[in-house]
Amino acid sequence: MSVPRFWRKIPQRYNLIGTQCTSCSRTFYPPRSFCPDCRRSGETVPYQFQGKGEVVTYTVIRSASDAFAQQTPFVLAIIRLDEGPRVTAQIVVENVNEARIGMRVRSVFRRIGAEGDSGAIYYGTKFVPDVPYIDA
Amino acid sequence: MTGIITYGAYIPRYRIKLEEIARVWGDNAQDITGGLGVREKSLPDLDEDTATIAVEAARFALARRTIDPEQIGAVYVGSESHPYAVKPTACTVGEAIGATPVMTAADYEFACKAGTAGIQACMGLVGAGMVPYGLAIGSDVAQGAPSDALEYTAAAGGAAFLIGQDDPIATIHRTASFTTDTPDFWRREGQNYPRHGGRFTGDPGYFKHVEGAANLMFEQTGKTAKDYDYAVFHQPNAKFPQRVAKTLGFTPEQIKPGLVVPTLGNTYSGASMIGLAATLDVAKPGDRVFVTSFGSGAGADSFDIEVTDAIESEAFRRSAAPTVRQLLANPIYVDYALYARHKGKIVMQ
Repeated sequence: MSVPRFWRKIPQRYNLIGTQCTSCSRTFYPPRSFCPDCRRSGETVPYQFQGKGEVVTYTVIRSASDAFAQQTPFVLAIIRLDEGPRVTAQIVVENVNEARIGMRVRSVFRRIGAEGDSGAIYYGTKFVPDVPYIDA
Repeated sequence: MTGIITYGAYIPRYRIKLEEIARVWGDNAQDITGGLGVREKSLPDLDEDTATIAVEAARFALARRTIDPEQIGAVYVGSESHPYAVKPTACTVGEAIGATPVMTAADYEFACKAGTAGIQACMGLVGAGMVPYGLAIGSDVAQGAPSDALEYTAAAGGAAFLIGQDDPIATIHRTASFTTDTPDFWRREGQNYPRHGGRFTGDPGYFKHVEGAANLMFEQTGKTAKDYDYAVFHQPNAKFPQRVAKTLGFTPEQIKPGLVVPTLGNTYSGASMIGLAATLDVAKPGDRVFVTSFGSGAGADSFDIEVTDAIESEAFRRSAAPTVRQLLANPIYVDYALYARHKGKIVMQ
């Protein structure tokens, strides 16, 4: 990924900022500048998602491209955010067998990738199981 | 009065037991754990680093209190393991909490006390009325060379403290620092791991500076150890903070809540700040907390802190983020091979 391309998407990658139609309240992620339902009568404005959702489906990546080869095996999922839109993202679990359709997840800030040892480091959003913290 | 508006800590879930490290290097595990008073230490996940830990700690802090992030006018991240040599971690944190662009930011480096140096900078800016809030973070994925003594304790974690004047949960009455040029521990440019002066890190390093700053604070405030409910000291191992606490007149009960190193390890810039976070997790209004950090090189920062009624007010939701004890619970243990992979110690093609 080029540095300008990553930089342009920092708001959506770091903070799950999409858009919302001021006319029908439908939310979009990735952000859309145009509401397909309201068309010219709608206006979209930035909207920050809470970062909680549910796994719609997932796959386990065991053979990845060079950029992600050091992270295998990992879970890649489609997550339905509580506000509606679906997001494709990694789910960080101790064991890939923990992943389940329907599991509740919450967003976390993680390193997504890097351009080798001397290039830019790319950060963004991944998800973890949304389980309560317990006392020791 | 300037003080702590909210705070948050973050510790990765992964742990390695010191006996596993001792097994690999042929050391006596009982001697190591007994000598250090540390049983296990944290390590980052494959995709965690100082920046991600700093962001998670900052977000937990902001989860506890409703703050307009655009009012955060300064972000300082102290660490000795910043992901970049040149490009501030603080900018990434500022962006990830929605504080950019109207803010100042910088990364601090002062071995293990860079985070508390950030608190002092924020106190100055807030006290001068230059910014409404300042965010100071200590975060590290600490480095220790394979088979070096540091490898037994170098851990991962961080804590974030939002400094301001608007109804703080804890007032910072005073801060005092003690600093000299002491080469007890260092990492040269381009080197992967720090080096240290072995036992020289003790008396001329840790004890001279921690006692120097602490006694300076006692002189300036006219207080003694008996005037405090809790004390937190930098904790590179369990022995050093226990010894310095005793020398200064503090009891084991006073340092107990903030002594997290036995199951966490030394999180370097995060160490004393996570200890303070663990103490605030249990503190009640009126409690007085004494904090002294230490950074090799060398220096120490003392803080005289008093918990206010705000810590139990509706405005502050302590349970909205995990306590340090909760972050330490439910760990994932790894062997040395996985630890080496997580820490990037395996040379790849």
